[in-house]
Amino acid sequence: MKKLKPLIEKLKAWRITIGTAGALGLFAAGIIFWGGFNTVLEATNKEEFCISCHEMRENVYREYKETIHYTNRTGVRATCPDCHVPKDWSHKIIRKIQASKEVWGKLTGSIDTPEKFNAKRAQLAQNEWARMKATDSRECRNCHNFEYMDFGEQGRRAMKMHAEAQSQGKTCIDCHKGIAHALPPIDQNIGHQNDNAIVLPHGEAPDKNPLDKPQSPDATPPK
Amino acid sequence: MMNRVLTALLTTLLICSLPFIASAQILEGASEIPAEAKSQADMFRIERDQAPIARNYLQQPPLIPHAVKGYTITKNFNKCLDCHSWARYSETGATKVSLTHFKDREGKELNSISPLRYFCTQCHVPQYNAQPFVKNTFAPVTTMQKGK
Repeated sequence: MKKLKPLIEKLKAWRITIGTAGALGLFAAGIIFWGGFNTVLEATNKEEFCISCHEMRENVYREYKETIHYTNRTGVRATCPDCHVPKDWSHKIIRKIQASKEVWGKLTGSIDTPEKFNAKRAQLAQNEWARMKATDSRECRNCHNFEYMDFGEQGRRAMKMHAEAQSQGKTCIDCHKGIAHALPPIDQNIGHQNDNAIVLPHGEAPDKNPLDKPQSPDATPPK
Repeated sequence: MMNRVLTALLTTLLICSLPFIASAQILEGASEIPAEAKSQADMFRIERDQAPIARNYLQQPPLIPHAVKGYTITKNFNKCLDCHSWARYSETGATKVSLTHFKDREGKELNSISPLRYFCTQCHVPQYNAQPFVKNTFAPVTTMQKGK
């Protein structure tokens, strides 16, 4: 104990220096850790990363390459993360955590053949539609905004539908499904090809939305 | 001796191949399209959205008065019917599919569009701003002429 005393005294004298050095060290480590974390996060937010798996490259990426979001007259391109990953940090990190389930999907090979992918296409598409609907098509609105639209520059159909949609409080994904990727089988009541497949919703009022559960038959009809 | 045989062979080969070389050159010349014509072909654009285009004869499948780029008709989904079906036309303001499309091949009436009519663009086509190469004197039948 006696031997330790001078050492403690010495440390007491040096405490400010040690404290400062420690704080600086932690700060530097924080920068390095945070920088590294963000670098990895951003690396997973690039198209090359998305299509490094054949599940994406051979299916949805191929379909997207045929669409206006890949090639168009003005040369503006929206890549995978532009539509599928939120831009602001908090929503991005939540989405990334949710997307870690996709790693499990990759490991178990849940969509590793075109047949498996197409069998799950309806479910995957509906997940993404629901996500976009819930956020008022936030990722679309990074580029497209009703407020910035000049309806006068649009064609007759677009002008009419956009004005109506805006007044009804609809959101982009209500109508623009399947613009960047092929749609799953949709029951359009033509022959029996897609019998019992999903019905494509168009942002109908909740009680008219075919995705909602049908009312029980013994519910009393409105008088 | 060997040299003479070789020379003779080569000469025969050259003479025999002359017509082919000549014909290849003719073909090359014929396949050349003036740059001007090429650029003109690229200039045609799909016409902007417009009101329904009047028919020229009674049985004419109505023309598509808008662009259809990216509107696919696949096994999974028919984009045209997303607006033109009877379930959707009133909301979208599109022309509804004719009742003549609700029959099977035996003429039996169906409660929805016949799969026979699935491929809309087999008969209904969009319009480009290309002008006809040859003028014609075609006039719609009298029943199609307005004010007669």
